[in-house]
Amino acid sequence: MAGQLKSIDEKTMRAYWRANIKLMLKLLAIWALVSFGCGILFRPFLDQFSIGGAPLGFWFAQQGAIYVFLILIVVYIKAMAKLERKFGVSQDED
Amino acid sequence: MDANFWTWFFVVGTFGLYIGIAIWARASSTDDFYVAGHDVPPLVNGMATAADWMSAASFISMAGLIAFMGYGGSIYLMGWTGGYVLLALLFAPYLRKFGKFTVPDFVGDRYYSDAARTVAALCALFVSFTYIAGQMKGVGVAFSSFLGVQFEVGVFIGMGIVFFYAVLGGMKGITYTQVAQYCVLIFAYLVPAIFISLMITGNPVPQLGFIGEVKGEGISMLAKLNDTVTQLGFTSYTSTDKSTIDMFFITMALMVGTAGLPHVIIRFFTVPSAAGARKSAGWALLFIALLYTTAPAVGAFARYNFVDTVHQSTYDINDVNINSGEKITPQWFKDWEKTGLLKWDDKNGDGRLQYVAGAENEVHVDRDIMVLANPQIAALPGWVIGLVVAGGLAAALSTAAGLLLVISSSISHDIGRRLLLKDMSDKQELRLARVAAAIAVVLAGLLGIYPLGFVAQVVAFAFGLAAASFFPILLLGIFDKRMNKEGAIAGMLTGIGFTAAYIIYFKFINPAASTPDNWLFSISPEGIGTLGMLLNFAVSLTVSRLTPPPPKHVQDMVDDIRVPSGFVVERGE
Repeated sequence: MAGQLKSIDEKTMRAYWRANIKLMLKLLAIWALVSFGCGILFRPFLDQFSIGGAPLGFWFAQQGAIYVFLILIVVYIKAMAKLERKFGVSQDED
Repeated sequence: MDANFWTWFFVVGTFGLYIGIAIWARASSTDDFYVAGHDVPPLVNGMATAADWMSAASFISMAGLIAFMGYGGSIYLMGWTGGYVLLALLFAPYLRKFGKFTVPDFVGDRYYSDAARTVAALCALFVSFTYIAGQMKGVGVAFSSFLGVQFEVGVFIGMGIVFFYAVLGGMKGITYTQVAQYCVLIFAYLVPAIFISLMITGNPVPQLGFIGEVKGEGISMLAKLNDTVTQLGFTSYTSTDKSTIDMFFITMALMVGTAGLPHVIIRFFTVPSAAGARKSAGWALLFIALLYTTAPAVGAFARYNFVDTVHQSTYDINDVNINSGEKITPQWFKDWEKTGLLKWDDKNGDGRLQYVAGAENEVHVDRDIMVLANPQIAALPGWVIGLVVAGGLAAALSTAAGLLLVISSSISHDIGRRLLLKDMSDKQELRLARVAAAIAVVLAGLLGIYPLGFVAQVVAFAFGLAAASFFPILLLGIFDKRMNKEGAIAGMLTGIGFTAAYIIYFKFINPAASTPDNWLFSISPEGIGTLGMLLNFAVSLTVSRLTPPPPKHVQDMVDDIRVPSGFVVERGE
């Protein structure tokens, strides 16, 4: 918790925030696509295909969406760390 | 060794462990008590969050619900995991950067209003009490069904344990006991799942057994399950009777409700930085997904075993001609009949159990028993049964402790120090927090013993309210700098008012009318929080644009929470 707060000029802050929002919206689009899309709206269509012994749409709703959610958070963690290095605002990590 | 010995062994062993941890992790300041000193490593916090989040409902009830709802049960699976994406991307890093103790702290400061703070604190109290009553009841049921202890005594024992580590250790004690509880509960969930998956499909990984074939039959498990249940007149397992729009609204309400629940949000205040909060959300979802991707397999296997062993079995062993190959009703069925949670009514008088859809059905099963009865249904060894009981208790106690902290901090911090007695010292506040936690434990226990009869219904309420109140105002507070006090309060009141009125009408005043034909846009009370949220957004955005912008220092605060930990935005004079 110790240490001096460093300051960011307003221009950098705005550029950083815009990049963050853009990234977030992309990931949220995938979030909605796998759950509300593949798991609910397109389920009847996807169910004609199967993964192993499970209909694909059903599988997305009970398994696939959860795996994708996890991947999305990992991608966000990595992408934000990269973004913060690019803008010179990396957080001190142990 | 019988199941009873092993149940005592695991329950006493794990409880001893929790007490040991509590003594080791005592809290000495309000910082320790509310946020564990802000220095919990992200992985540890992820594990604690998983235990905090997964309650008796996730551990005990969910797989049973899925077993009988089939595809319809997906609302819980997607809803209760998808919320973590929202937490990681939209809330956790920014609320951590804000850097205070509670959710009402943020609402009160961001909207520069004690009225908003009070509404938020009351909502947090309502949601948490609703939830905690269910946990204490779960503890009582586990004790009374498996250990031969009276229901009330079970609740008292649970109260005593939670009292000990929550009052003594605050967030610090809770965090480290939750880590231990996660390990217990996930082990207890996976062991029977692996056994059963091996028995039915020959694959030890339940997630793979779920999409695999029935051992030696060359037909997929789900296809066989579909055939079996449709022959008995039930809806096919992989489809549902629920309308698409209702699936949509319930899933969304559970997702945004999860992201807006105060006891989950405050867990992210305990890590050292905003980046740590993001990582922590990732770990939390990983640990949660371990159970949530296993649950649908457990549900499907349970339905499969249930139909297989119960349907057309002969109840009285003396009626069975041993050589005819007739099925005999298994012993576990008779054991659970004693609890009243399983019922058989021989309508056609043929001495056999008939499990079918419609009026001729003779078997009534309480869905909540499936996970607890599963090891017996699959005839697993006694120690697995003991382990499952200890796991269910771990799930209930860890969630109860997290909720208790929200209740105690809402009273001592949000209402006590920030509203009523502003010149309280840190030491006095800590004492008040402990007293509040102690009173809350007792109240929660009483709610568990004397349930108000509508605990199950109010859970829909908790999610609906979190979705319609906390989610929009937190989101707008971070992402819309122009959002002001007037907009937030108007939005909150609209969202809460609408959602509460809808749920109260269909759940309490006129439950008979609760059918899809009468619902607004055929949205059930469980999903109405989503509409409440949309109304909240619409009203708060409109009102805020017609009223003055928030003061400069609030706008500056919003800028500062948007930049990474360790940084502030430079400002000209």
